[in-house]
Formats: sequence, structure tokens, C-alpha cells
Amino acid sequence: MSDIMKNFSVTINVWRQNSASDKGSMVSYPVNDVSPAMSFLEMLDVLNEDLIKKGDSPIVVESDCREGICGCCGLVIDGNTHGPDKNSTVCQLHMRRFKDGDVITVEPWRVKSFPVIKDLAVDRSAMENIMQAGGYVSVNTGAAPDANAVLINRADAEESMDAAACIGCGACITACPNGAAMLFTAAKISQLALLPQGHPERKERAINMVEAMDKEGFGNCTNEYECEAVCPKEIKVSNIARMNREFLIANFLSNK
Amino acid sequence: MKLNANIPEGQIDKKWTNHKFNLKLVNPSNKRKYDIIVVGTGLAGASAAASLGELGYNVKVFTIHDSPRRAHSIAAQGGINAAKNYPNDGDSIWRLFHDTVKGGDYRAREANVYRLAEISNQIIDHCAALGVPFGREYSGTLANRSFGGAQVSRTFYTRGQTGQQLLLGAYSAMMRQINTGKVEMFSRREMVELIISNGKARGIIARNRITGELETHTADAVLLCTGGYANAFFLSTNASDCNVSAAWTAYKNGALFANPCYTQIHPTCIPRSGDHQSKLTLMSESLRNDGRIWVPKKKDDDRKPSDIPEDERDYYLERRYPAFGNLVPRDIASRAAKVVVDEGRGVGPTKQAVYLDFRDAIKRKGEDAIKEAYGNLFDMYYQITDEDGYQVPMRIFPAPHYTMGGLWVDYNLMTNIPGLFALGEANFSDHGANRLGASALMQGLADGFFIIPSTIGGYLAANKFEKMDEKDKAGIEAAEKVNEKIKRLFAIKGKKTPTEFHKQLGNVMWNGCGMSRNEQDLKQALKKIPEIREEFWKDVMVPGSDGELNPTLEKALRVADYLEFAELMLKDAIERNESSGGHFREESATAEGEAKRNDADYSYVGAWQYDGEGKDPILNKEELTFENVKIAERSYK
Ligand SMILES: Cc1cc2nc3c(=O)[nH]c(=O)nc-3n(C[C@H](O)[C@H](O)[C@H](O)COP(=O)(O)OP(=O)(O)OC[C@H]3O[C@@H](n4cnc5c(N)ncnc54)[C@H](O)[C@@H]3O)c2cc1C
Ligand code: SF4
Ligand code: FES
Repeated sequence: MSDIMKNFSVTINVWRQNSASDKGSMVSYPVNDVSPAMSFLEMLDVLNEDLIKKGDSPIVVESDCREGICGCCGLVIDGNTHGPDKNSTVCQLHMRRFKDGDVITVEPWRVKSFPVIKDLAVDRSAMENIMQAGGYVSVNTGAAPDANAVLINRADAEESMDAAACIGCGACITACPNGAAMLFTAAKISQLALLPQGHPERKERAINMVEAMDKEGFGNCTNEYECEAVCPKEIKVSNIARMNREFLIANFLSNK
Repeated sequence: MKLNANIPEGQIDKKWTNHKFNLKLVNPSNKRKYDIIVVGTGLAGASAAASLGELGYNVKVFTIHDSPRRAHSIAAQGGINAAKNYPNDGDSIWRLFHDTVKGGDYRAREANVYRLAEISNQIIDHCAALGVPFGREYSGTLANRSFGGAQVSRTFYTRGQTGQQLLLGAYSAMMRQINTGKVEMFSRREMVELIISNGKARGIIARNRITGELETHTADAVLLCTGGYANAFFLSTNASDCNVSAAWTAYKNGALFANPCYTQIHPTCIPRSGDHQSKLTLMSESLRNDGRIWVPKKKDDDRKPSDIPEDERDYYLERRYPAFGNLVPRDIASRAAKVVVDEGRGVGPTKQAVYLDFRDAIKRKGEDAIKEAYGNLFDMYYQITDEDGYQVPMRIFPAPHYTMGGLWVDYNLMTNIPGLFALGEANFSDHGANRLGASALMQGLADGFFIIPSTIGGYLAANKFEKMDEKDKAGIEAAEKVNEKIKRLFAIKGKKTPTEFHKQLGNVMWNGCGMSRNEQDLKQALKKIPEIREEFWKDVMVPGSDGELNPTLEKALRVADYLEFAELMLKDAIERNESSGGHFREESATAEGEAKRNDADYSYVGAWQYDGEGKDPILNKEELTFENVKIAERSYK
């Protein structure tokens, strides 16, 4: 049990960058009296509280829900996107994963399409532009039939939900050697392709979202599978295959 | 002040239809001439922005986050209620209405609640059409579960991520409007002031979190969809960005704040592990279907739970409430846990917890069955505590979770400031003194998708609006107010961090105004708040500058507001010397210590009015009348 483990000390080697135009560098801080029950972000809170008291600027690190659902947080810890644990966000990482004397490297998402705003906070608005291009069903409020008028095979609904679980964190993009946004985009296209409600617009959706992805300067997929490996929500690369199919069929069928 | 809730005449089931008919309409081609500001992109804000955009209004929407999808609604787990009666188990609009009024301990407006129940079915239809992947039966129809003590299965869900999927649905509808250009998105903006001109809400001052710039945005109406204030307790299940600031600014500009003392404490949260704790995590209360809650009979019993024999355990809920046992409503389960912990019978390293034990359920049904039902919750518990709930009992403790109080609104969701509306958790409207499980998501989407699109037209069509832009005097003055506050904060250069003050405040509120309240403790807390506030304005440290992303400054601004708001919460709790819903006053209890409502004296909404710096706020009462639901005691014995 964790309460048997004693408090310990670590050194944090962290990326500090004042603004988007600043060059930035790694800075090292000791953190003492770390409890194994703390979350990683709570450990950074402790460090930040100390910095503030000294009148220094705390390390800017984004998080909100701290339970793995909002998609705000995102760090590279010792080279691992979202930290060393599989299928988890960095806010779910706990200090019992580390030991006394560890030197821990903490860096922001590093990919061309996510410029650093300050320290560990990056700008992920390029992902919004992909969603805006077609990540929806065009139904106006009030126009829907009774929910049970459209039956959906349970397995399809479950598979759709698997894809819909994406939290929009951007880890897949950061981890991809090409900086591709394929997994993120494919998750949305899959979710809607698996449901009858998504069918009337599936061609336009595939074309528009893939085009938006290219326009935002995200890279191409070369089947590295790094995205699936780091995804905290276990979004599968099979979604990318489905997206490619949707896109090919759409192009084949449309005169666009 | 005379409060007019503008409840339409007529039979309860005709009110909303009649009202929609009687409201003035804005001509379709004229809608594009109106600008509407929506603050917040949770269920309420995103659905409002989407629907208003569809109608043709020009909408500007604001959120603190980098993406609208990160609003706190994303974290809701359990589900959303609707009166579909798909399982054929006797549900109806009437029953959902009835349950919600009763669950709210008869402190909500009948007409509002009826409308909510009436709209609930349309919400499910619309969300399914938007592509929300609801749980389904093998037949392909939608699945339901029973939730939060209801006797019918009316809760729709998407696994344990219902809030996420509903929010992503509303978000997608809004993104479509952003694409058409009808909705303009302003992310990483924090509303810091309200602009009022000629008595009407006409805009906001939003601080750009990246540049620090104070931007002036004007409009013909302003919708606050800014969520709840449970973080007044510091530790709660809410995300850290949740704040009371937007609502508080509205209050200080004259909007009434209703029932601030009505807060909901959720019984099944993972207990805090130490001083470093930054927030608490909720586990679905469905766990209480199979877990048995107990503490040792003896005080300070340090034995391992497995070493405590059966007859030395106190299954206190089963003992006190034999009919409902571990399934008593949230407020009752929470208070009962507090009682045993206060007696010194709490468990775990902090002694601020009780056991939730699956041993018997595992024996009866097998570990696989339990895994099947709750596997993800056991995983979550393990991830946070490093303990295996299949082997040792889980430790749980109540935590602040939801706030029923909020800005006072009339039937149209408009505050007493013309043109200022409040939607979702930010208003006080539908849950009375206690919210039932799976009803907040329903309310947020009812407000945004279905109510405001009608009622805002009525307001816009009935009023004339002078031209206004950023150079207007009202806007400049509002920005100046904020500027001064920010300058003051930087100038202090004290020794304590904003979070330290927040923790201090949270402590006082949790101890004085938590699960069980009494006049003496409330008054003592009320004495402490101004002291903390004074210290804050003398000794807080805000490093860095205003012209950059500065989380310490943001935190300081929010804590400054909580430090004022807390006083109102306490005053309301003192004033309401009865026990209703989430508000338990020890002075108003039965001989067995159960809550005793006092309908003769407190059947009203307490709507507080700001009367200037340093002055006591004024209490306005909106009397509640019940013509359709028979008032009864809540009993779970
Ligand atoms: C852990 C948890 C589980 C829950 N589970 C359920 C459930 O199963 N069923 C149920 O019905 N309810 C549940 N609830 C309650 C429900 O989730 C919330 O009440 C509801 O989602 C609130 O929605 P909202 O749109 O009013 O506010 P929120 O979703 O909180 O959104 C507030 C928005 O306002 C923005 N904002 C706030 N202040 C400002 C400002 N000053 N300037 C600019 N923007 C601002 C935020 O950025 C955000 O976009 C749960 C709550 C919690 C905490
Ligand atoms: S696919 Fe996975 S890694 Fe990528 S944004 Fe979604 S949740 Fe994050
Ligand atoms: S802070 Fe919300 S996912 Fe990590």
C-alpha cells in the first residue's frame, strides 16, 4: 500500500519558454518532500507554489479536469507522450511511479502545428479547424425524429462509441514522426460513418475533413502506429483505414 | 424589489406551449441584425450558441479553454434523464416532473420543472440525430438504466462518459455554425466584467488569456452559461477552471443571486490523500448498488479491514435506513458518513473516509460479474489510490459536486437585468434544494437547445436597442474597473499564493457550511471570511506581468471573487433556518437527527441583491406555490 512508501525528492528538468517568439531552454529544479500519492501535476503544483512565493513565474502547464477526460493536459515526460503509463493522460500519472533521486525531463508537445504559447502550453487550435470542416451531422434543433425511429445495431453503436471516446488531446499528432492528425480525424469520421445519422453527409465529411487536415499542415501517415501507442483512450488505427476508405469512395463518387 | 417570475397563465401542461405562442417573434430576415454573446461552451452554452446560430442570429461565444470541448460538462459520467418511457415501466412527463419537484425538496418552481420534463424527450431525439452514440439494446433501440434512486429506468447513457458525448454533440452542432460564419468563437477568453448601458446588458469585457488584453464586446443580449461554484470549497469534483466570477460580476452589477446555500455533496468520491490534493474525483454512485458502506464500531480502530470481524462493523446506512439501505439519496448518505467520521470512526490514513465494501457482492455474484459492471471504476480507483478494490474495501468520502443555487432567472431564463440571461448550472432554476442524478445534463441542454431560442426572440422583439460599440462609455468604464483591480493585485507583492488563500477559504467553508450546518459555526465562518479577504488584499503574491499568459493572475482574480461570494453563501445558509435538500440545519431536525423542512416559513426562493461595497445584501423572496404536486415529507426510513 502506498502509505508505506516514504516521501522523496526528485529533480525536474523542464522546458521554459517565455512566449511564442522566445527561444526557450531546459531549466532544472529540485522538488523535495514528494508524496507517492501525489499526482504528477500536483508535484508540479508544489514546485509552482514555491516559485510564486519567491516572486518567480510559475511553470505554465495546462490541465483542468485532472481525471483524464477534458483533454487539456499533455506533456512529454522522459520522452514519453503523456508519461510512462499506457492508456492514460498525464493528469492520471502518480508520483509512486518514480523514486528518490530521479531526474525527470518534462517537455511540451513538440510538433510544427502546435506552437508553444508559454513553457508547456501549446496552441492546438489547428485541431478545431478540422472539426469545423465537417465533424458534425447537419441537423437543426427541432428537426429530429423520435430517437427510436432509427435503429442502430448494437455492435455498430459500440464501435462508434469506441471512436467517439477521443478527448482531443493531440498526443497522437505529437507522437507521430510526421506530425499527422490522422488518428484524431479518423476517430470523428469513423464515429459518424458507423451511425446511420452520419450517412447522408459521409462523402462531404470525409473530403472536407481530410482537406482541412492537409491545409493545417499536418503530415501524412506512413503507418508508424505511434499514434495508437500513445493514445490515452485506446483509439485504434483501424479507424484510419476506415477514414481512407471513406475518402477514396467519396472521391471516386464525387465530381469534386 | 418585486420579483416577477413571469410564469404563464393556464394549466401546467399548457403553459409552455401557450407561452411560445404568446411570445413576440423576430422576423427571420431580421435575426441577422441582432448580436448575441454567449459566455461558456458547456452543454448550456454550446447548445445555445448552436441553436441561435441556426436561427440566424449573430453569435459570439466565449470560453476560458483553448477549445470549447473542454468545458466541465465533459466530466459528467452517469447519464441524462428523459421521460420517454421506452422501458414501459410507467414513466411519464408527469412522473419526471413530480420526481424532480420532490427530489428538490419542494424548493423549485413547478412551472419550470414541468417544462423541463416536457422538453426532456426532444433532447434525446436531437442528440441521437447529432450522432451521440447512446448505449443500445440488441434490438437497436436505446438502452436505459435506473439512476439516482428513481423507481423507473429513464436514464440514457453513453457508457460512463455521458457528459463527454453530449458535450461533443452540442460542440459539433456549434462547430457547424462556426463554419457557416453565424457563430464566432473566442477561445482562451475570460469574461471579467459585464457592460450595462441604459439599464440593459449590452456586452462583456473579456480578458484575452494569451495577451492579457481587455477586449470589449458589445451585443443586444448576453447569456451566461458559466457553470457552478462548487470550487468555493476549494476541493470538489469540479475542474480547476470552474469559477463563480462571471455570475459574481453579474451580481455586483445588480443581478440577483438565488439560493447560494444550496450545494450538493456527492457521497462516493475518492478521499483526499494529503495537503497536496488539488481536486477530488467522483466515482459513479452506481457502486452503491453492490457495495456495502461501513465503518468499525470502535473509535480509532487501526486494524486492517479484513481483521475486523463482522459484529464489530457498523453498516450504518443499512442500520439507520433499513428500507433503502446503501441506496439512500446523496444528501442523506453524505451526512451519515460525516456523522461516523466526526465520531472518530473514520478509516484510512486521514481518518476522513468510510469503507465501500464489495466482499459480499463478490461472494454472491463472483468477481467477474462485479468486474463487468464496474470494471472501469475499479481501475480508476486503483490508478488513484494504488489499491485493489476487489481485495480490500474501497475508501470513499463525500465531496462538493454541484450547486443548485445560481443567478435568479424568470421563466424566460432572464435575470432581473434586462437582456442578461443565465443558463445551465449558472442559474438557480429547476432543481430546488437538491438535484437528482442525471438531471443537470438534461437541464443544460433544455435551456440551450429549446428554451432560449424561443424566449430570447420575445425579449429582442419587444425592445429597442441603441447602437453601441467598443468606444461606448459603459464599456470603457467597465474595462477601467478591471484594469484597476489587476494593477492592485500586482502591486501587493505579498508572501502567499492565491491557491493558499483558496485552500484557506475552502477549509472554512467545508467546516462551517458543508454537509451539516448550524448557526454558531456559520456565524463563525462568516467572521473569518472578511479576515481572509483582508489578508488576501495585503499579502497575495502575483508574479509576472499582465501582458502574458499568467495563470497566477487568473487564479487571483477568481479567488478574490470567491472570497466575496463565500460571504453570501454563508448569509443565505444562516437566513434559511430549515433543513431542505442539500442544506441541512442542525437546528431543524427530528429527534432522530433527520432533516426537517419548514414549509410555513421557508417555502421561498431567497434572491439576494447587491447593495454596494461594505453594505449588507438585501434578501428578496419569491414565494413558491404548489398546485400540482402534493407536498410531503421526504422519508427513506
Ligand atoms: C464529476 C461530475 C459528474 C457529473 N455527472 C453528471 C451526470 O451523470 N448527470 C448529470 O445530469 N449531471 C452530472 N454532473 C453535473 C453536470 O455535469 C453539470 O452540472 C453540467 O454539465 C453543467 O453544464 P454547464 O453548461 O452549465 O456548465 P459547464 O459545463 O461547467 O461550462 C461552463 C463554461 O463556462 C466557461 N466559463 C466559466 N466562467 C467563464 C468566464 N468568466 N469567462 C468565459 N468563460 C467562462 C467555461 O470555460 C465553460 O466553457 C456531473 C458533474 C460532475 C462534476
Ligand atoms: S485520438 Fe487519442 S491521442 Fe489523438 S487526440 Fe484523440 S484521444 Fe488524443
Ligand atoms: S486535465 Fe483533463 S485530461 Fe488531463
